Amino acid sequence: MIHVGVDLPGRVSADVSAAAGEVLVVIGPNGAGKSTLLRAIAGLEPGRVRVGDEDWTDRAVPRRRVGYVFQDQSLFPHLSALDNVAFGPRARGLGRREADATARAWLERFGIADLAGRRPRELSGGQAQRVAIARALATDPDVLLLDEPFTGLDVSAQMALRNELGKHLRDFTGVTLLVTHDAIDAVTLADRVLVLDEGRVAQVGPPAEVAAEPRTPHVARLVGLNLVPDGDELIAFTPDAVTVSLTEPEGSSRLRWRGPVATLAPHGDAVRLLVHASPDLLADLTPAAAAELGLAPGRDVWLSAKATAVSRYGARA
Amino acid sequence: MTGPRLGRAPAVLLVPAVVGVALLVVPLATLVLATPWRTLPEHLGSQVVREALAITALSSLLTVVACVLLGTPLAWLLARVDFRGRRVVRALVLVPLVLPPVVAGVALVTALGRSGLVGQHLPFTLPYTTSGVVVAHTFVSLPFYVLAVEGALRTHGASYDVVAATLGADRWTAFRRVTLPLALPGVLAGSALAWARSLGEFGATITFAGNYPGTTQTMPSLIYVALNSDPTVARTLSLILLVLSVGVLVLLRERWAVGR
Repeated sequence: MIHVGVDLPGRVSADVSAAAGEVLVVIGPNGAGKSTLLRAIAGLEPGRVRVGDEDWTDRAVPRRRVGYVFQDQSLFPHLSALDNVAFGPRARGLGRREADATARAWLERFGIADLAGRRPRELSGGQAQRVAIARALATDPDVLLLDEPFTGLDVSAQMALRNELGKHLRDFTGVTLLVTHDAIDAVTLADRVLVLDEGRVAQVGPPAEVAAEPRTPHVARLVGLNLVPDGDELIAFTPDAVTVSLTEPEGSSRLRWRGPVATLAPHGDAVRLLVHASPDLLADLTPAAAAELGLAPGRDVWLSAKATAVSRYGARA
Repeated sequence: MTGPRLGRAPAVLLVPAVVGVALLVVPLATLVLATPWRTLPEHLGSQVVREALAITALSSLLTVVACVLLGTPLAWLLARVDFRGRRVVRALVLVPLVLPPVVAGVALVTALGRSGLVGQHLPFTLPYTTSGVVVAHTFVSLPFYVLAVEGALRTHGASYDVVAATLGADRWTAFRRVTLPLALPGVLAGSALAWARSLGEFGATITFAGNYPGTTQTMPSLIYVALNSDPTVARTLSLILLVLSVGVLVLLRERWAVGR
């Protein structure tokens, strides 16, 4: 069990708890404090940190048992892949021979033992990231911190590494915090999702719950839902539940909005509109319907949704 | 490589540039031309020249060693530790760069001379000894070394130190295994600079350590004496120093001459 309390005035004020073996995926817009949260756990920013029954708050960075995979690939450029992975075990007191054996075992688990002698500049992005994750895990940390580990990789490399990481995280007995911009990471890797917004925890819950009932515009956008505040409640609905018309729709539904079309772009079989209503809304319609309405950026449209097609839930958990 | 045709270089810029090149090149060219190549081995073989060469070689090597041992930690401190007065310390460290060497010599005598403020308490004598030569050379060379290494330390920043710390390395381990290896090009460049500065050092040496053949007479000091008594010897020795200096320049060319 770890408990982290970060309180940096004006930047981050968040309390986070996670159980051993749990994977917590941290999402939120840029500047929400995601990286700061990880840095605080590692001791690179001030903050109250409790791991198990140990208080880490005043513990120097080297004495915190973390594995940190940084956002920029931070392999030591002058060391081989093997020496990079063996660095942690050696720094924590293992002899050279044992540290090398540990490192080799980790490279084997990641299927890159044949690259042991290569320098980081001789590795592809995916290979380098495997080395970085192996290096973080090789010290047997209590907490594994991954800051956007798939950023900068091409899509197929991302998929392969994501699957592989998922496999290793299942065996990992410590707590994992993974910062990402990508909803797929939350769906495939998370036990729970932690949503940060403007330095505060906006939502915590299982991925399915967070995806179905997002509490922040950022998450709604990530999962492709429209999110409209309505008093103490939030209304979420899919873009294909939206009806587009040029004149004010008939009926008494309160779920109607008006605004100019900002963009229209193909989305699967449909055309997806982004409309600058308050707030911004997405609407999907068939290409035929879009042509019939003569939609173009700047054109004023009415949007409406049936009350039966939206989900309504409290804005606070 | 030819750029776009913007017209001929104007004489008002061209003439001073050519004069400048001439001023720099002509004396060195005549030095090479005036060297008595036939009698060169004979001059080099004389005892006084051999002694000066040996002292210069020894003292410049020891100077580099002293710079590495003292300057590397100093550069690390300036680049990595945020302490009060860091700017002042850096400014003080760089003073010898602009100080006239003879003033450095006088300052060394005042501090470390036999009756100097510090020197009178020392169990050994520095002035007029080979050790004194090394002290004087280190005084003038250290700033070059520190500048080069501090620059190299700053190019990589502290990000790899942070990574090392998260992997459990204390600062000494991080320094040995990460910081220093990454700064190695700077250490080599700084050593070359310090060595070159030491080779040509004259003012501080002659003021603090004197000019005694066999103990403190370095190549520049011998050249100075020889120019009056035997100009051929002076030119021969000068040529050797010229070749060594150009050698250092070639060694550093990738860092500077190309202009990073």
